[in-house]
Amino acid sequence: MTAWEQAFVLVFQPYNIFVMLAASLFGLFVGAVPGLTATMATALLVPVTFFMAPIPAIAAIVTATAMAIFSGDIPGCLMRMPGTPASAAYTDEAYAMTRKGQAELALGAGLVFSAIGGLFGTAVLIVAAPTLAEFALKFSSYEYFWLVLLGLTCAVFMTSDRPLKGFVSLLLGLLIACVGLNNPAAFPRLTFGSTEMLGGLGMIPLMIGMFAISEIIRFAVDTNPPLKIVDQPLGNVFKGMWGLTKKYPMQILRGSALGTLVGALPGAGADIAAWMSYAVSKKFSKEPEKFGTGHVEGIVESGSANNSALAGAWIPALVFGIPGDSITAIVIGVLYMKNMNPGPTLFTNNPQNIYAVYLLFIIANLIMIPLGWWCIKVSKQILKVPRNVLMPIIMLFCVVGSFAINNTAFDVTVMLVAGIAAYVMEDNGFPIAPAILGVVLGGMLEENLVSSMIKADGDFSAFFTRPVAGTLAALTLAVWFLPIVMKRLRRLAGA
Amino acid sequence: MKLNDAVWGALLLLLSAALLVHVQSFPTIPGQKVGPALFPGAIAVALGVCAVLLVLKGLAARGAGGESAEWIVLDDWTRRGHYVFAFFVTIGVNIFYILAIDWLGFLIVGTVYLSVLFVVYGVGRKWVLPIAVIVTLGIHYAFYKLLKVPLPWGLLQGVAY
Repeated sequence: MTAWEQAFVLVFQPYNIFVMLAASLFGLFVGAVPGLTATMATALLVPVTFFMAPIPAIAAIVTATAMAIFSGDIPGCLMRMPGTPASAAYTDEAYAMTRKGQAELALGAGLVFSAIGGLFGTAVLIVAAPTLAEFALKFSSYEYFWLVLLGLTCAVFMTSDRPLKGFVSLLLGLLIACVGLNNPAAFPRLTFGSTEMLGGLGMIPLMIGMFAISEIIRFAVDTNPPLKIVDQPLGNVFKGMWGLTKKYPMQILRGSALGTLVGALPGAGADIAAWMSYAVSKKFSKEPEKFGTGHVEGIVESGSANNSALAGAWIPALVFGIPGDSITAIVIGVLYMKNMNPGPTLFTNNPQNIYAVYLLFIIANLIMIPLGWWCIKVSKQILKVPRNVLMPIIMLFCVVGSFAINNTAFDVTVMLVAGIAAYVMEDNGFPIAPAILGVVLGGMLEENLVSSMIKADGDFSAFFTRPVAGTLAALTLAVWFLPIVMKRLRRLAGA
Repeated sequence: MKLNDAVWGALLLLLSAALLVHVQSFPTIPGQKVGPALFPGAIAVALGVCAVLLVLKGLAARGAGGESAEWIVLDDWTRRGHYVFAFFVTIGVNIFYILAIDWLGFLIVGTVYLSVLFVVYGVGRKWVLPIAVIVTLGIHYAFYKLLKVPLPWGLLQGVAY
């Protein structure tokens, strides 16, 4: 059997199909309920996927996140409240369309162009990932060191308008990664004498805490009055979609391409992709004055961008083990647990697994159309689910899920502390994504730094003389120092 | 609760200094220049630099006036008793879970955990207990039976299945 045939067999097993359907419903629901995000859906899935074979586990995450990013549009459109942060960029626009009686056009555009964007991102993933992997096979510790550092740098500058706070967040994440015996001398670092911390702090409880518990705390102290759902009959959501496709081909392409690129950059995910795409769409539109008044063009472009970002984020995650967004940060943890360690060798040793991931993405984006259509039909019921019942249940699920990974109550403590920390950090303007990337990549950064230092034997030029390492080094330093230099130059020019 | 950047900077500076002192006690690998202290040491230095910058930023903001000039800005909810209560209960139930799970077991802890949260979040009284019991049993079944997670039975060890 060829690798592709094996991949088909893996993906089209009845169990896997069942998992994908269940994950779709879960993803659609989580995305549609404001306050529950796609990243949270992933974190909640991990304890369950822990008990699955690798492909169904990945299938669950891929499907649930694709669905959640789409269904996040629904409450944006009907309640002016984004279901996930990825829909926030065009929530006002979608709501304005609803006020004009065009709710089905906004929802339909969200659905159809989400699927198209997702498929575009998948196509780029299929083409780019193996090529990059072949290139990455030649990498040594020097290249990996710079690559990780570049990734972390991107995360700081992409996820925050306050790079200083992003940098602090990143350093705290790296510090958490130091905890335990996993270091060059296997010396117990920062464990405070606790035996439970010798193995390091569990990634999954940390993620569940940072992405789920913090949201529940935010819900508990949310003083805003509950929002009203617009009561408007919804017609055929597919009506007019072909017309939009013919009218805005450039916008769809540009949104998908930008989305994939932003997704692939470490740290920035679907939400930032949508914001950037919406801005680009307005800038290049022939009718920019219509933006904000219920104009579908921006929704078409940024709706495709946020779903293409999902697939884009998997490119660096699979090839280098560097997550493109917070969802793939969790995915990398899952891949390690499933013995599918990300890296270029994944493409050479187990190509069937990679092909299966491609197939999963394609299927997820195709079944999104019928399932999403159904979800829009029942959306009013979903939006009526009382959140004061839902949130406690989710939190208990988080607790049990954190416990389930290692069967220890210590992990529940880790989850709780991480949740409170994430809440306080966000409240004070420290972005969370860099911290997550720091936790995920800390070990890799240190390992490559230390082995490079040992190989270099005191000669630092080795970090810069290899061609690829030198290029990556130059890029990293440019991202660090260009903003400062530009600021100075501008000030000089102004003075 | 928002603290002024200078306060964060001061706290982080303390952390950075404590780290720098602490990593001095890490052993070296014989014959190698780099050891387990290198990486956390580098983080501590970078953290120290950021901390100083944050202090400067915070002090500058204090001079400039406005909301960011305050040492501490309390969120809206901290002035309303109900929300403060909800905040502490949300965290408290988890501490209760951690402390009581081995003794009371999952079924009892889970039911209490959910009931308390439902009441505080304002779920209708007659629904509180039924939903709490059903959901606890459901989660227990899913994790204990289907996923084979050894959730503790505690006091109910006698009825364990």
